[in-house]
Amino acid sequence: MFLRWSVLLRLIVILFSFTSSIAHAEYALNLPRGASVVSTEIHNLHMITLWVCVVIGIVVYGLMVYAIVRHRKAAGYKAAAFHESTTVEIIWTIIPFVILIAMAVPATRVLILMSDTSNADVTIQVTGHRWFWQYDYIDEGFNFFSYISTPEEETLNLAPKNPHYLLQVDKPMVIPVGKKIRFLITGKDTIHSWWVPDLGIKRDAIPGFVNEVWTFVDADKPGTYRGQCAELCGTKHGYMPIVVEAKTQDQYITWINEQKKANAPKPEAANKTYGLEELMKQGEQKYNQICAMCHQTSGKGNPPTFPALDGSQIVTKPEHKVEQLRQIIAGKNAMPPFGAQLSDLDIAAIATYERNAWGNKTGDIIQPSDVKTVRDQLKK
Amino acid sequence: MDVATSYHASGSHADDHHDHGPAKGLLRWVFTTNHKDIGTMYLWFSFIMFLFAGTLAMLIRAELFKPGEQLVNPEMFNQLTTLHGLIMVFGAVMPAFVGLANWLVPMMIGAPDMALPRLNNWSFWILPFAFTMLISTFVAAIVSDTAGSAPNFGWTFYAPLSTTFGPPSTDFFIFSIHMMGISSILGAINVIATILNLRAPGMTLMKMPIFCWSWLVTAFLLIAVMPVLAGAVTMVLFDRHFGTSFFNAGGGGDPVLFQHVFWFFGHPEVYIMIMPAFGIVSQILPTFTRKPLFGYASMVYAISSIAFLSFIVWAHHMFTTGMALVAELFFMYATMLIAVPTGVKVFNWVATMFKGSLSFETPMLFTLAFIFLFTMGGFSGLMLAIVPADYQYQDTYFVVAHFHYVLVTGAIFSILAAVYYWLPKWTGHMYSEVLAKTHFWLSFISVNVLFFPMHFLGLAGMPRRIPDYALQFADFNRIVSVGGFVFGASQILFLFIVIKTIRGGKKATDKVWENPQGLEWTLSSPPPYHSFTTPPVVP
Repeated sequence: MFLRWSVLLRLIVILFSFTSSIAHAEYALNLPRGASVVSTEIHNLHMITLWVCVVIGIVVYGLMVYAIVRHRKAAGYKAAAFHESTTVEIIWTIIPFVILIAMAVPATRVLILMSDTSNADVTIQVTGHRWFWQYDYIDEGFNFFSYISTPEEETLNLAPKNPHYLLQVDKPMVIPVGKKIRFLITGKDTIHSWWVPDLGIKRDAIPGFVNEVWTFVDADKPGTYRGQCAELCGTKHGYMPIVVEAKTQDQYITWINEQKKANAPKPEAANKTYGLEELMKQGEQKYNQICAMCHQTSGKGNPPTFPALDGSQIVTKPEHKVEQLRQIIAGKNAMPPFGAQLSDLDIAAIATYERNAWGNKTGDIIQPSDVKTVRDQLKK
Repeated sequence: MDVATSYHASGSHADDHHDHGPAKGLLRWVFTTNHKDIGTMYLWFSFIMFLFAGTLAMLIRAELFKPGEQLVNPEMFNQLTTLHGLIMVFGAVMPAFVGLANWLVPMMIGAPDMALPRLNNWSFWILPFAFTMLISTFVAAIVSDTAGSAPNFGWTFYAPLSTTFGPPSTDFFIFSIHMMGISSILGAINVIATILNLRAPGMTLMKMPIFCWSWLVTAFLLIAVMPVLAGAVTMVLFDRHFGTSFFNAGGGGDPVLFQHVFWFFGHPEVYIMIMPAFGIVSQILPTFTRKPLFGYASMVYAISSIAFLSFIVWAHHMFTTGMALVAELFFMYATMLIAVPTGVKVFNWVATMFKGSLSFETPMLFTLAFIFLFTMGGFSGLMLAIVPADYQYQDTYFVVAHFHYVLVTGAIFSILAAVYYWLPKWTGHMYSEVLAKTHFWLSFISVNVLFFPMHFLGLAGMPRRIPDYALQFADFNRIVSVGGFVFGASQILFLFIVIKTIRGGKKATDKVWENPQGLEWTLSSPPPYHSFTTPPVVP
């Protein structure tokens, strides 16, 4: 049951908890100026439009207030009888029209600027998944996945919330400042939207289509820029943040080289035999990062969409070992395939963890070689 | 005026019908073909749906009262936002306007009833079934652990979230939308048939009350776009069950096509929800300014041109999907253009107020609040039209603030104004001015506490439709929630006022107000069961 009777009680508690103060809360009232050429242009456009609205508002509301104060029946004011004037109608059709043209000109200029994705120095492909992001450094030949890293205890109010609550990831995207960066944005399953306000980018990640956008972070503005998915994409839509670290050119090159090294294939891992403790440790970390999103850290899941793993037949019965691995690699129903983003060792560790965590004390160990066998079977 | 002459010709036979009142008992409401009975049912249905969807909104605001998961899990949260939106749009705002049209159009044009009374009965009685079907999915999700979710993809039900990933209840949703669509189309046909055929002798189109004009245009919009919505849900149904790929790129379709089809319906739809409000405000304002509406003809032209423009701006809801530059420029310019006729309307209202002799009874207060706050929604609308800035605003609380300003302080405030204005005519009793003013001030203040800070939240970067948020949004969210709870509670007071007025109160005169214009004020309060059995003569 989603809504329990205790809900009412909790509602009352919340209503009276006005006093709870939140650390690090800052007021932000306006669109950020941001760190990129485009975000600054957008900020300026926003301010122009806002001021135009404020001025029109003062005139219109001013006249209304004047009429309300001065032309009251209670003050003995007698109504005039006029109800038509073609001249006036023409004037207040033409003046707004002229104001609109004045607003459209800079808007058009910025839009044309934004649509020019040519001559980029770096190209990064962004893929939205339910519910995390994938970043492919196309020129450099490596990719990685970026998951939310806010601990579940903070969401469930069991631990104090850290300053970057819900806006932190395990592995941020890294970009160089002072370079034109082109993003190719697409979606894997449903539509997401990649939004980083300080870069002035929001673009939908649509399965089967690729959108192009670009940014240019000012050379003097390296830093960490945070954003979120902006298109409803299912249960965990609010839990797929974006973190972009803009670094200097030197730092960026160093980072790229580290990534290349770390992403080099390690053939020895596939044939090695691992102990239970080693797999459990790695499995717990990977499980909590990826699987817990739906099946929960507690293994209780969120039935019926996300079944419980604690006590589930498929992760406790020895005869279901292969089926368990098949589902992790190839997916089933609502569960997406994870074969492409997880190594054999990762999958072996997760499967071992699921068979030994919570109440599932089976003692089963799954080795990377077992995973490889299932993978090969699936290829046929 | 065929109908009019036939009433004269039938002589004494017409008199037999003159005094016959409503049937007795509950079946009166099931079989009624009377425009007032049906209007009453529409209005009550709308109010019940308003309170239900409002309760969902209260749960949303309770969950968002502070960061962290509070009352409902994210899956439930998505169901709350989806049903809140769907029920408010299709169950609360639209039926309320149809109810007002039913009550008022025949009385305003001097007709005995709607042109197609039995169709009228049917178009109402479809609605309770459609909404029972929709809400049943939500009840099932609450009481059963295995039933799965109610619709959870937002009221816009974008594919592939509603196709590939839609819960089983999506099919209930699709069929309920079909039924609502049929109801709306039938209602619209009836309004058009009534206005074009049953006007009293001498009432030319350009002499017609502006509320009738606004509904005539709205009815054409409904007939034009409800079939498009039906097409969209049918394509979703086919993609889900019959192996088509309209919205699936993997099968040669296009997820963005869904958005084009949906918003081709959806943009005219938002005008369907505001046009009758324009009409109501233009009816009420002259009464309490004691001055004729300024620029009647230009009001009619403005309504018509807004209706036309509403068909060529739909893609401004989807700038971030990545359209071609030329398309984005076109939709930006077309959208900005809407500011011109909308501006004309606001200027005309202000000119009507200017040098009037203003008094501030409750309908007038809601009308003035409408002009103030709808204009606010217009300003944020203009800002949203600027494509580069829209990239930042899109799908944030800035948009949520914008459309609640036009729909709550726009559409719903106009409905409240209309109820206070015509309730004495309908019931024969005056409402309590003290209670009504309390209701107004509570609503007016709390609605701004509720929606104004949402602008800041959106600009600061809070996306919409999220069940939990980063800490920098905490303070504003708490203020917003408090505003929400007060606004919600204030509407219970409105329920009380309406029931109290129906049950009794100071007798209303036939004119009710000092010198209101229009044929409905020539009838008694409450009016006879059949409004004008002999057509009045319009000078």
